[in-house]
Amino acid sequence: MSAWLRQHAHALRLALRRFAGGGALSAVVIGVALALPAGGYAVLDSLRGLAARASLDPQISVFLKPEVKRPDAMALEKSLRADARLAKVRFVPKEEALKELNAAQGLAEVTAALGRNPLPDAYVVTPREGDLEPLVADLGTLPGVAHVQADAAWARRLAALAAVGRLAIWLLAGLLSLGLVVVIFNTIRLQILTHRDEIEVSKLIGATDAFIRRPFYYLGTLQGAAGGVLAIVIVWSALALLNRPVGTLAESFGSAYRLSALGAADSAAVVALAALLGWLGAHLSVSKHLREIA
Amino acid sequence: MVSFSAVAKRYPGGQEALTDVSFSLQAGELAFLIGRSGAGKSTLLKLIPAIERPTSGSVIVGGQNVGALKRGAIPYLRRNIGLVFQDQKLLYDRSVYENVMLPLTFSSHAPREAARRARAAIDKVGLAGREKANPIELSGGEQQRVAIARAVVNRPSLLIADEPTANLDADSAARVLDIFVAFRQVGVTVLIATHDLSLVERYAGKILRLEQGRIA
Repeated sequence: MSAWLRQHAHALRLALRRFAGGGALSAVVIGVALALPAGGYAVLDSLRGLAARASLDPQISVFLKPEVKRPDAMALEKSLRADARLAKVRFVPKEEALKELNAAQGLAEVTAALGRNPLPDAYVVTPREGDLEPLVADLGTLPGVAHVQADAAWARRLAALAAVGRLAIWLLAGLLSLGLVVVIFNTIRLQILTHRDEIEVSKLIGATDAFIRRPFYYLGTLQGAAGGVLAIVIVWSALALLNRPVGTLAESFGSAYRLSALGAADSAAVVALAALLGWLGAHLSVSKHLREIA
Repeated sequence: MVSFSAVAKRYPGGQEALTDVSFSLQAGELAFLIGRSGAGKSTLLKLIPAIERPTSGSVIVGGQNVGALKRGAIPYLRRNIGLVFQDQKLLYDRSVYENVMLPLTFSSHAPREAARRARAAIDKVGLAGREKANPIELSGGEQQRVAIARAVVNRPSLLIADEPTANLDADSAARVLDIFVAFRQVGVTVLIATHDLSLVERYAGKILRLEQGRIA
């Protein structure tokens, strides 16, 4: 084994011993703190899946006046297709709309009682990206159009709400990351104070700065990583616990929906980020506090 | 091996600890630095391993100008100098053996070689069999011998001791000095500071007398 490897092994051994002797407590604090944004992220991610399934494509229904004849409706289709703001245009004749309505549970009897088809012809159009409000207003002014309805308003509200939630979680993650760095900074400061004699003597008899710093870097990184792993375990356990009532709730809506836990890539990212922040906290602390020891 | 020329050391606040100090020691030479407390003995010794830097003049150790050394080079200078302090500076959270091993953990010796050297050093100061003891269980003289073992375990060519006998009775003091002097026989340059002239009279060493920061 080379001298370089031996010195790293020595530093890692020291760090592990110090971690076992009290350093693990900081990892618990970090784990609990990180579980909050990580869990929030997992829940939001699950909700986004739900919203996507409910089709975030904001479809717009354009209902025609009942007196509009088919040829006029076809002329309208031509002008709709010419509109660059629309991605898809689908004609739904009133017969087909009635068939769909009849297929829906328990409504066949109602429509039969009406005696005649009460539904108008309609176009279902899908807009491209962009502002919906002026488009809806323009569609309303076309000849023969009775009413324009943007179906996806609720989905857009959900998406907007999710965006707010996501931002809140990033802010929380940012704040708690700062907290993590401070926790490690302080833990390493206490460790340096505890080992002050050893550091002083080592410097006097020829230890390099790198040799003295190394165990503290390992300790900070180790604490960060352990906190990250703990956060993932907390999130997984909490989601597993939540999924029982969520499952019951979803079944009452006839859905098999479940909250999904953080994926492998996201989990690894949380641990890696926590380790990196731990290293950073150690770096700041070591740079500041080792200078104070002659 | 060690050469001071026109060295002055002034501490912040204007207090002059050393004034125009010049002397030199040959490789393998034994020297005693004599003087009352406050004469500047500790300051002079601290200039050699660059614990302090001279205000003016030059301190040459093993051909290197210590005052001009970069921060990063200092550890390597110190590894070639055995330091023994008045208060030993042992670590009381570990055994005698681990204290002596400390300098070997950051120089690049293979574990087997390091263990062999540590045992040899402990043996040389007459503490074989006490490796597992905590230094706190040892007498003052024995603790000072642990400090000597730690100082020589890296086989330095220069050994420096600051009042190594200050807190010891006459017998222990003589024993500690005998050990230092024995290293001179294997070619190590030895410089010992003490206020007690009577202790060193029986050794054939150079005497450097320091009075109020000047070599008298």
